[in-house]
This record gives sequence, structure tokens and C-alpha cells, in this order.
Amino acid sequence: MSTTSDEALIDRIANGDRLAMQVLYARHHVRVYRFIRGFVRNEATAEDVLSETFLDVWRQAGRFERRSSATTWMLSIARFKALSMVRRRTDEALDEDAAARVADTADDPEATLAAADRAAVLRRCMANLSPEHREVLDLVYYHEQSVAEAARVIGVPEGTVKTRMFHARKNLAGLLAAAGLE
Amino acid sequence: MGGMNDEAADRREIEALLPWHAAGALTLQEARRVEAALARDPELRRSFEAAREELAGVVEANEALGTPSPHAMDALFAKIDHEPRPARAIRAGLFAGLAAFWASLSPRTLAWAATAAALVIALQAGVIATGVSRPGRPAPTYATASATPPAPAAPGLYALVRFSPKATGAEITAALQANQAAIVDGPTAGGLYRVRLAPGPATPERRTELAARLQAAKGVDFAAPAQ
Repeated sequence: MSTTSDEALIDRIANGDRLAMQVLYARHHVRVYRFIRGFVRNEATAEDVLSETFLDVWRQAGRFERRSSATTWMLSIARFKALSMVRRRTDEALDEDAAARVADTADDPEATLAAADRAAVLRRCMANLSPEHREVLDLVYYHEQSVAEAARVIGVPEGTVKTRMFHARKNLAGLLAAAGLE
Repeated sequence: MGGMNDEAADRREIEALLPWHAAGALTLQEARRVEAALARDPELRRSFEAAREELAGVVEANEALGTPSPHAMDALFAKIDHEPRPARAIRAGLFAGLAAFWASLSPRTLAWAATAAALVIALQAGVIATGVSRPGRPAPTYATASATPPAPAAPGLYALVRFSPKATGAEITAALQANQAAIVDGPTAGGLYRVRLAPGPATPERRTELAARLQAAKGVDFAAPAQ
């Protein structure tokens, strides 16, 4: 099946094509939303950031120069918007973050039951990684960004992305070992 | 000694690329290099297996985050509707169509077009002169020959749909009938059709639900809620 490429859609969006915008949104909103949730835990706030991100896509489409893929470009915008939102709401975000961490590490019967599931343990360990390490794991494993693309989204050199990924994996392995998984 | 150091550096480099290899985000050349190293190094293979498990965990963790509500899309497009048109769209609207039209004409056609235009101008001058010379006559209303009055947007729920290139006419008809949907516009350059969904309450939730039902129909490649 031949589909219109993201880049072609962005070109049409730059010419004010609302329909192209709807198609681009339909294609990417779930993944972009999940990327934003890595920074913003509150669902309603994440939806606000999602809306701001795609509004920027609409406004900036004419400036998209295809130096990166459309996905990389949109994730870069989403990251900037999410971090701006977190900075605006530092106190709230810290509270939410603390609450989430308490929930992540809670040693209740439900958690113990979930711990029997290897995947669940893996998820819980990932939740306890630093935001930088979680971000690089998300960008590579879920958003399938290359070294160069992940570097562009985060705004660091490619070597830094590799190093960060190395440490993310090492820390994750440590957390898994502590949880009884090798 | 130098050879051993090179080997160790090469191995570290390969190990650093394993997550990207697991995600299928390497170039063909890099992927081949990693595959060759994996074939001869059991420790690298274990690290690669771990990377694949991490990938599965990250995907699962992301899936657990759910999806944004349809309200997010409604809010976005409500904002877009209040945005000024992009500058490029205005420029394109003014010039692009005209430029493309003239570029498509051959010199001979252009010559004929110029002659015809001159005749039309002369004819218009005659018509205007006649109109001006009869002051008591009521002013006529204007309409182009091809114009049909713009239909006001009918109330209801709409979706954008792309049918599979292999879909048969019967499958398309069945997909539309099963969902009480009707094509109202299209196809666009991207092969999308705008369809009116089954009559009923015009809530965003229902629109999303109906579009999802249409998406699941045989012969439909893509369906998304639309204004």
C-alpha cells in the first residue's frame, strides 16, 4: 500500500491543508503523547503539551527542512514543550514525580504479586531510572530513533547518546539484579 | 598489544550499538558489522539478548501509558481553526495556482488564449457600455456558469477514510453500509475520502468509536475522526 509520507504531509500542512494535519495527527499522536508522558506524568497536562506540540507543527511546518525525519522533528518539539511545561510547574511536577516513585517502589501485596512477572519487574526497574536514562531507552527502543536522531532530539552529541545508553543499560542491569533478576 | 587494544575498542563500539541493532535503527552496513561480531562472540550475544528484553519491556511500559482522549484532538483543531493561515499558504494561494496554469500552456495555446482574452475584454466593454446606457434597469446578480451554491456543512459526524487498493467495490459498499456511512468528498491527493458517519448524537466519543469501527472493516486501510 502506498501512503503519503510524513514529509509530504508536512509540506501540505505548510500550505494550510487541515486534512493533512489530521492525517499526521492520527499517525503520530499516540507515540508523541507517550513520549511526553516520560516528562509529564499527569494525563491532562500531557494532553495539553500534546496539543501545543501539534499546534507548533501546524505553525512551523513551512520551516521544516527535512534535515531530520518528521518523527525526530516532532519529538524534538514535544521534548521542548514538555520541559517548558515542567519548568512552569516545577512544584507540581516534583510532587507528581515523588508520588509516582512511591507507587513504583511500594512493597505491598499487589506489588509482590506483580514482581512475579518478569516484565512487570522490568517495568518497575525502568521507572526507577533517572529521567535522562529513561528518555534514551524510550527514544531508541520505542521510538526507534537512530544514534544521530536521538542525539538531535535530546540536543547532545552522538557520543553522549551512546554513553548515556551504556549507563542506562548498566543501571538497569543493577536494578534488575537487586530485584532478583539477572 | 596494539592489536588487542584495537580489538577491545572495536568490541566496546559494537556493544554500544546493540540497543540500536535490537531496535532495527542501524544502517545496513552497521547491522552487518554487528551481526558478524555477534556470530563470533557469545558474551556479545548475551548482551544483545538483554537488549531485546529491555526493548520488550520499554514497549510494554509505553503501551501501558494508554492513549490521549479524543478531547485532545478536538482542542487542537479548535485552536488551529482560530490560527491565521500559514504565510506560505497565503503566498501559495495567490501565486502557485496561477504560475502552474501558465506553465502548463504551450506557446501556441498562449497565443490563442491572448486572442480570446482580447475578444472577451472587447465584449465586456460592450456589455458595460450597454448597462451604463440604461440607468433604470435593475442590477443583475452575479454567478459563474459552473457555480453551485456552497452547501452548508451538514450537521453530523465525519471521518477520513482510505480504502485498501485491493478492496473490491463490494467490500467498500459493505464497509459503508455496515456503518451507515456515506462518502461526501474525495479522494484527496492522499487517497482519502471524507465520509459522513451514522446519524446520532454528535459527541467526540461517538465519533471516535464510529471511526474505529470503520477502521476495523474489511477493505479499509485507515480511518480517523474528522470535522
